[in-house]
Amino acid sequence: MTAYWLCFVLFLTGLYGVITRRNLVKIAISLSVMEFSCFLFLALTGYREGGVAPIVDVADPVQTYVDPLPQAMVLTAIVIGLATTAMLMAVIIRIYRKYGTFDIREIKNLRG
Amino acid sequence: MELAISIITGFMILGALYAIHARDLLSAVIAGGIVGYSLVICFLLLRAPDLAIVQIVVETITLIIMVAVVLDSSRVEAYGKFDSRAWVTAGTAVFILLIMFWFLRIASSDLAPLGDHTVRMADAYMNGAVERTGSVNLVTGVVFDFRGYDTLGEATVLVTAVMGVLTILRIKGRKG
Repeated sequence: MTAYWLCFVLFLTGLYGVITRRNLVKIAISLSVMEFSCFLFLALTGYREGGVAPIVDVADPVQTYVDPLPQAMVLTAIVIGLATTAMLMAVIIRIYRKYGTFDIREIKNLRG
Repeated sequence: MELAISIITGFMILGALYAIHARDLLSAVIAGGIVGYSLVICFLLLRAPDLAIVQIVVETITLIIMVAVVLDSSRVEAYGKFDSRAWVTAGTAVFILLIMFWFLRIASSDLAPLGDHTVRMADAYMNGAVERTGSVNLVTGVVFDFRGYDTLGEATVLVTAVMGVLTILRIKGRKG
């Protein structure tokens, strides 16, 4: 159970960063930290004690495999996470070129 | 097993905390890399080699993008003084974290302990999957055969993201 708790604490760390930081790059990093904790949680739920990686050995097919379904889901999510991060960074660099700062509070004041 | 994962997760939490509080943005980005690469080790410990491979590639690309953004702009984070609005955000943060922790306490009673997972949904994917999909790797069988439409949607998302990035970076901003 400790691993689940620490995984949740990692999520909360990312949430804390998103709420309290004012720098856009740090908000992006915190978002990816939250993402990673979700991946870790899904991978943890699929783990089975004494299981092997879900690759079938044809010579010895009766083995305990870890659950391949969460792994397939996380595989999709990782790639989509990369896409969203790239998009986020593109928006951030546009904002920096327009306003000359990463600070969300200053950007709010400079509006118009 | 659980101990090793707990230690690495603790390490990830430390890296994330350092990334959030670092003064220099470049060191913040690299400390964020600690989290991603430790996740690779966790995946290897959890017997997920496919995830580890994908994660190490994705993390490297993310790190390159972030370093490019940071080097192209200001690295130093301007720290304002800790005024009343900062107190309000800190208070909100603590409040939300407490609520989330309360939810975790409720939910944790329903969680099976680590390693005590019963395969229900994936049973159909695992029995005779080699004969049906022709793939000895069960994850590949799920991604490209049983859930092929999912992967098609993922490819659509990727194309959309690439188009979005190109559009955002090419348009010219308003003058003044």
